[in-house]
Amino acid sequence: MTATLNADLAPVQHTGPLPPVPDGAVMVTVNLQRFNPELDDAPHMESYRIPALPTDRILNLLHYIKWYIDGTLAFRRSCAHGICGSDAMRINGRNRLGCKVLVKDLVTAKKTEITIEPIKGLPLEKDLIVDMEPFFDAFRSVKPYLVTHGNEPDREWVQSIEDRERFDDTTKCIMCACCTTSCPVYWSADAYVGPAAIVAAHRFIFDSRDQAAEERLEILSDAEGVWRCRTTFNCTDACPRGIQVTKAIQEVKRALMFRRI
Amino acid sequence: MTTAKLTSEELSAAANHAIEAPNAPRKRVRKAGQNFEMYSWLFMRLSGIVLVVLVLGHLFIMNILDGGVHRINWGFVAGRWASPFWQMWDLVMLWLAELHGANGLRTVINDYARKDGTRFWLKVLLYASVILTLALGSFVIFTFDGTIEYPTGN
Repeated sequence: MTATLNADLAPVQHTGPLPPVPDGAVMVTVNLQRFNPELDDAPHMESYRIPALPTDRILNLLHYIKWYIDGTLAFRRSCAHGICGSDAMRINGRNRLGCKVLVKDLVTAKKTEITIEPIKGLPLEKDLIVDMEPFFDAFRSVKPYLVTHGNEPDREWVQSIEDRERFDDTTKCIMCACCTTSCPVYWSADAYVGPAAIVAAHRFIFDSRDQAAEERLEILSDAEGVWRCRTTFNCTDACPRGIQVTKAIQEVKRALMFRRI
Repeated sequence: MTTAKLTSEELSAAANHAIEAPNAPRKRVRKAGQNFEMYSWLFMRLSGIVLVVLVLGHLFIMNILDGGVHRINWGFVAGRWASPFWQMWDLVMLWLAELHGANGLRTVINDYARKDGTRFWLKVLLYASVILTLALGSFVIFTFDGTIEYPTGN
């Protein structure tokens, strides 16, 4: 019974002919970190030589491998257009979204190798999939929602353009975890809240409508809060949305130091 | 038993004294030293600025000015430490440099030690070396006696 069930659920291996190679395609070598927890003791690298257009996204390469070479490859992706933040991965050693990096960004006439690994610092589950729960726990711990006291206003909360501008940068976060998993402090200290959670806190601390800034500052002043940041700027480099993450962290530090927002 | 009826004035007064944030968690009362990480972070910045002046000044006097390192001998040190100004300079430099460096190493240990045991023993080693260096250094600066005979070693 279970055997038939498993057979039904097993990924269908592609058997037909490969799709035609389009004009202008180059052959690239994708070094991919693979890990199947049911078979492997440890992750290992595997290489795939596949055709790719210079305008292909890295996500297209993963699709090619999954659809035509090895259907067991596991990775997350949803919108595939840099909005949902599902496909954060380490591409040539840097945290990027698979759907925002193009082949032509990485491949030159001399170098046709691309290395893809899962993001670091979170428990590895399979291939490129990591357990995101510790990341979301840190996010939840800073109360990433509007907190207000007193009676509801009769009309909408009014905010000046300047007050809105104050936290505009940190509203762009898509929770892909590129920043947090690029942080060397986060790799070694699981308890550190990480850049993404501080960005989420920053978004509300500096919102003129919010009234829980003190609470959030208290949480971030903890030994595992903003003071663990060593200003290495990995987070700012990694952010696919271009958020000045390190700047946001420094602004929270300043707010804590002078107790002024 | 008297159940006094509240007047409208009392009612509005009560409304005005409503708890501002009834659902907010109780404010944590900070214990002394709980904000240690903030102060240590601040100390690194401030001591760094002071050390730039102290250390560069020290290097300039010792290595460049007036023939530099070749003129340094027992008499030179004795002459410098006869002045309270240079005594204080060296004392402040010793304390700031030692604490600045030790605090830096403390964060490195915090970041990179993988086991709590390793972290603990590395810190014990670090703090012991800090106490030894500060005690010995301060002791020498304060008790150095330039009048005793120069130990020639013959």
